Amino acid sequence: MITIPFHKYGTPKYFYSWSLRLRPWLKYGCILLFTAGLVGGLWIAPTDYQQGESFRIIYVHVPAAWMSLFVYIVMALAGACGLIWHVKLGDIVARACAPLGAWFTFLALLTGSLWGKPMWGTYWVWDARLTSELILLFLYLGYIALQGAIDDRRTAARAGAILAIVGTVNIPIVHYSVEWWNTLHQGPTVSKLDAPSMDTTMLIPLLVMALAYNLYFVAVLFERVRCEILEFERNKNWVNELTQPKGIV
Amino acid sequence: MELEMSFFSMGGYAYFVWFSYGISAIVLLANALLPVMKEKKLLREIARRAREASKN
Repeated sequence: MITIPFHKYGTPKYFYSWSLRLRPWLKYGCILLFTAGLVGGLWIAPTDYQQGESFRIIYVHVPAAWMSLFVYIVMALAGACGLIWHVKLGDIVARACAPLGAWFTFLALLTGSLWGKPMWGTYWVWDARLTSELILLFLYLGYIALQGAIDDRRTAARAGAILAIVGTVNIPIVHYSVEWWNTLHQGPTVSKLDAPSMDTTMLIPLLVMALAYNLYFVAVLFERVRCEILEFERNKNWVNELTQPKGIV
Repeated sequence: MELEMSFFSMGGYAYFVWFSYGISAIVLLANALLPVMKEKKLLREIARRAREASKN
């Protein structure tokens, strides 16, 4: 029987080496998916009979909005691993998630308001979906501010993890806001898989774009985590050995 | 030519559509490239420090 040494792969040193091997796959996977999603979304998908061409904003809006929730969940889970089991990589991953999540939330809000102006007649409205998404942005910014304000990394990671975990109450609120309250924001279109209310030539590019955003997140997260590892383990032997044999300069 | 014109004008929604795609592209590209550049810089610094340490 083969036992997989998970604890080994979770150490910063092993994470560094296996994530580096994955890098080209992630990079070319991203390029491929983004190209396919953009071609599908901008050219192949037919014009919407009600919204005209403006509906094409969903191909950058919906994936960003999904990622804003997904990244938060990853951040809270990674923070919890660091807090409860003292997994060092958990703290590092949580820290690396925050700016990415904040940018996804920013993009979701901005592209949403750019769609709202021609369709609803307003850039912004204080409805439940938009307000809870704005709170999500503030949670990310609060986390980032907290990391900047506390000098001791262990304390900062612990405080950040607690903030992230408490903030997860906002995630179901964002997700179900369109069902719980009578909002201007429309209800879910894609998750009704039994009766999709979207044409497949419109739906497939959206799913491809969502996959592209996910892969992009993993790729950039790994890059950021590697930077953090290099910064904080720079006095370790294995980091110095990285630059020795091949002489990367 | 006519087809191209309608593609860029996005049925009159050009400003909203291209602004959305443009800002998304800028934000995503910047977020991808900055850590790559940072990692290279960190590796250069570590290599330099290692060289200096071996001289002394």
